[in-house]
Amino acid sequence: MPEVRLADETFLTDDFLRQLINVGEVDILVGVPTHNNAKTIGSIVEAIQAGILRFFPRQRAAIINADGGSRDGTPELIANAAIDDARGRNSKLYTLRTLHSISTQYASSPARGTALRTILAAAELLRAKACAVISPESTQITTDWLTTLLQPVYTEEFDLVLPTYCRHRSDGVLLTNLLYPMTRALYGLKIREPYALDFAFSGRLGSQFLAQNAWHDETAQAGSETQFTLAAIAGGYRICQSFLGIKEHVERASADLVPAMRQTVGALFSSMEPNLSLWNGKLGSQPIPTTGAERECILEPLRVNRKRLREMFSTGVAELESVFQSILSPSTLAELQQIARPEEVRFCYSAELWARTVYEFAAAYHKSVISRDHIIQALAPLFRGRAFTFLVENSNGSADDVERNIEALCLEFERMKPYLLQMWNGGE
Amino acid sequence: MREMIISELTQAMQELTRGFAHILPRIIVLVIIAFAGWVVAYFLKVFLRSVLRLIKFDKLSESAGAAALLTKAALPSATELLSRFAFWVAWLGFILLGVSVLGILGLQEQIAKFFLFLPRLFVALCIMFFGLLAASFFSRAALLAAVNANLPSPRLLSVSVRTIIIIFVLSMVFEEVGVAEQTMLVAFGIAFGALMLGLAIAFGTGGKDLAQQFLEKRFGYGKKDEGKEDELSPL
Repeated sequence: MPEVRLADETFLTDDFLRQLINVGEVDILVGVPTHNNAKTIGSIVEAIQAGILRFFPRQRAAIINADGGSRDGTPELIANAAIDDARGRNSKLYTLRTLHSISTQYASSPARGTALRTILAAAELLRAKACAVISPESTQITTDWLTTLLQPVYTEEFDLVLPTYCRHRSDGVLLTNLLYPMTRALYGLKIREPYALDFAFSGRLGSQFLAQNAWHDETAQAGSETQFTLAAIAGGYRICQSFLGIKEHVERASADLVPAMRQTVGALFSSMEPNLSLWNGKLGSQPIPTTGAERECILEPLRVNRKRLREMFSTGVAELESVFQSILSPSTLAELQQIARPEEVRFCYSAELWARTVYEFAAAYHKSVISRDHIIQALAPLFRGRAFTFLVENSNGSADDVERNIEALCLEFERMKPYLLQMWNGGE
Repeated sequence: MREMIISELTQAMQELTRGFAHILPRIIVLVIIAFAGWVVAYFLKVFLRSVLRLIKFDKLSESAGAAALLTKAALPSATELLSRFAFWVAWLGFILLGVSVLGILGLQEQIAKFFLFLPRLFVALCIMFFGLLAASFFSRAALLAAVNANLPSPRLLSVSVRTIIIIFVLSMVFEEVGVAEQTMLVAFGIAFGALMLGLAIAFGTGGKDLAQQFLEKRFGYGKKDEGKEDELSPL
């Protein structure tokens, strides 16, 4: 029997370790990172339990909750969730094995990286064959999610299953305008959701990531989900996508943009240095195996404050000129200043200019021209400008039009890749 | 009489010659030490310049905002300035060492004071450099945070942060080198106190609504308006 080794044996609490040892080994593990999610967690755990009962009745399974210091009783709700609640009226649902629910508090304040690390460590210790992570915000979860995410890992030997959703056209603009096009251009894979909060992975990928990721590094901690996807790409693991259905629109505050950019763009930029040999020679992109639709679009009207987006873009360009001078080339900065002028009636942050901007930011991040965190923060106002253009372009278009625009942007990123390499290697 | 004058002159000449003969080797030692000092200082300058170029010190001083100050004052780059400074300090140190060999009364005490002052000067320069670096970093952080939070007058906020840090650093530098310690302390206290009082009055009178909004938002008293437009959902 091979020896079980944890990447850092000291970071799990004794109580949590004792509970894991009592469980023994499992086939399926579902991780739920939480922090004050009492309102939604009940239905999510119920759906997870029902999914396990329905699709994996013969497998040994465990639900692991990694909690970041909830004060609303979230961990207790998970630990006490009775299997009968999940079974409900359907008495045909049963399990041949004990379904364990374990909750642990990894810290007194939430940290996504530590939550994922806790789940990965538990998966390694329990020798789980297939693991899924479900976001506590995924209130639209159905029992089918479990099989959609876990089956490709459990039976088809995929190592990472990423989700695709049916989203509102103004949802996930950072994904559609930066993460997806840039990841695709860099690594040559058409991964729609490089930053996934609902995903599944194999035990071997989990163990590999647990051992390799720089858990003490702040950037790695903040963007652990993105790093996970990128580690799977870099490691040559088998990746596929599964369609999960509707992704509900979550209300955000404008202050949420910078942390979101740190988690995603920061992680993407920081992964470029160690993976240079992997991406510098790649041209074009390939689709990856996908179950269901790649992306669906909801066209219902959703009011987004566009005026504010444009105003914040113009203010950003004007106020951050000294910062942009260290990051952007003079020609790019001049073009941005041109479109940011308030008298500019037909505002358009073109795909070509946006790709050039992002690539110059990536090169500046690599060269650390100023603090790397400041570089990510400086990109936020420019992203608002691009988001404004994207929303205007797609305001009256059909789902196909939206998809066509996203594809055109991706092709622009791919076309501009030599420019990224030129900037990366010190070109002006 | 004539013989007496000649005798006195001869004696004076002999004493002068004796004195000169006595001091000549010391002057030669002084010249040798000064020359050796020049050679050492020159190599120190070349070595320091190479090290500073290797660690990209100019880039660091650029991000600290020191490069801009030097350009405005028509001074050479930070690397060049520091190398030259090291050269002159080292050479002056050697010359003073040579001068102390002459054994001139009172001068040795001054030379000892100079050598004792050097570490304080070095510490003051370090405080100045890192202070400028901190001022640049925190003013940029304030600027970015203000822009992303859509606060009014972000540049004013950034300049205020920079100014406060620079005033604080300068007062520390003056205290370290011992220049007008009391005056600087009192001036800093008055300036800082006046600035804080001014900000408090300005915030209290002009920012009353802003403070109310902030507190309402912070403690969740305010309700979201019906039909209010949503923020962008990036992920």
